[in-house]
Amino acid sequence: MLVATTVALSLIMMLATVGMAKDVLMMATTTSTDNTGLLDELAPMFTEDTGIDLRWTAIGTGKALAMGRNCDVDVLLVHAPGAEKKEVDAGNAIDRTQLMYNDFVIIGPASDPAGVKGMGVVEAMKTFAVKHGVFCSRGDNSGTNKKELSLWKAAGMAVPEKQDWYVQTGQGMIATIRVAAEKGGYTMTDRGTYIKYEANEKGNPALKVLVEGDKTLFNQYSAMAVNPAKCPKVQYELAGKFIDWMASAKAQKAIADFRLMGKQLFTPNAGM
Amino acid sequence: MDYLLDGLMQAFVLLFSGHEETYSAVSITIMVSSLSIACCLIIGAPLGFLLGNNKFPGRKVLRMLMDTLLSFPTVVIGLLVYAMLSSKGPLGELGLLFTIPGIAVGQTLLGLPIVIAMTATAVENMDSRLKPTLRTLGASPRQVLLTTLWEARFHMALAAVAAYGRIVSEIGISMMVGGNIKWHTRTITTAIALETGKGQFAMGIALGLVLLLIAFAVNLSVVGLRRMAEK
Repeated sequence: MLVATTVALSLIMMLATVGMAKDVLMMATTTSTDNTGLLDELAPMFTEDTGIDLRWTAIGTGKALAMGRNCDVDVLLVHAPGAEKKEVDAGNAIDRTQLMYNDFVIIGPASDPAGVKGMGVVEAMKTFAVKHGVFCSRGDNSGTNKKELSLWKAAGMAVPEKQDWYVQTGQGMIATIRVAAEKGGYTMTDRGTYIKYEANEKGNPALKVLVEGDKTLFNQYSAMAVNPAKCPKVQYELAGKFIDWMASAKAQKAIADFRLMGKQLFTPNAGM
Repeated sequence: MDYLLDGLMQAFVLLFSGHEETYSAVSITIMVSSLSIACCLIIGAPLGFLLGNNKFPGRKVLRMLMDTLLSFPTVVIGLLVYAMLSSKGPLGELGLLFTIPGIAVGQTLLGLPIVIAMTATAVENMDSRLKPTLRTLGASPRQVLLTTLWEARFHMALAAVAAYGRIVSEIGISMMVGGNIKWHTRTITTAIALETGKGQFAMGIALGLVLLLIAFAVNLSVVGLRRMAEK
């Protein structure tokens, strides 16, 4: 009886999942677009305008690019221009289109034990190493992690690895911010995710923005289609529709209008 | 401490107000784990019978292998199944990555050794007169299989419950193979991991409560089955 019922149930469910197959676009993206709620806002608008069902897995830029190389997704929405250009040069991705930006900030406890408030980025990174201020890194090869690694290099230092004060969480951005908050330490995040964290903490977060405004902290987001020449099964046409839609005046306005606690998280810049 | 109580309160609100995201994760979990357990039983019960009923060379090694597989880490299964189902993997053609049947493939591998090992044990421990009696009554091999499994139905139910418990609470396979896609492959466990990462404890606690409820319901049904069997 039990077996028969479960078999019947599972057959129905299999049929149901097959029956629902319409145009499905599979995207790999960074944790920031998902954690902030931006995609929850945009996806229904996109589906309404194009009839395409957008599904995404939020895993960080490094893994997202790897999924593109493996032909496991159709489109990528990521933020690591250097790594993106490598994928385009290697022919793994095409049609790279910049869509929006925000900036990275270094956040830490209001008491600022390492004393980095108001410093330039390079100076701040050196100070963490000297004063052994706990610094939490995502350590997951995401766009934010790649940026952080480049900052250590810009400061003329080897990237910390086993030092006591350097904590690699291996988790998403908000999870890493929470680890930093628990440890009374510092971390680097994009502004959109920071605003989301601020909103989560009802406007009174344990970690405050201490270093910002440096030109090197610019954070560009772009979309790319997985190259159908390398991945024949990929839904290239749908990917193109998504990229065009994201760059359209309507979507760009929606990105600019996406706010939490009155603050804008991303600034659209397609076609600029 | 406040956030725990807060979270618990909000959890009840989420559950009783029919919060769509919460219920989506719950129904996907039930869907995928039912599919997995059905596959486990359909494949595992006959294999377990063969293993427990027949004598053949290498049987002891096989049984030991099954017992070892009982503690196969879910992340390793996730990794293997991901590699198999990836577009560039050998089964990429099937397009199962990031789908519910894809997760079910992994979860079936997880539950299968439990069903096989427990069925084999049940069959081994059965009244030794059953098989000769069935034979003398002129039963075909298929009838012997079905009758034996029917006689062992109780242990089968226990096997199913043990496997279901492991399947419903695993996260490695669901996360890697399913991709934690909202409304499609986000299960209770992957949602809890995500929500905790985002610092949204309320939904995590709500989902945790549902997981406990499912476990409770499953155990209750075993008690029911046992009563029915004893009558």
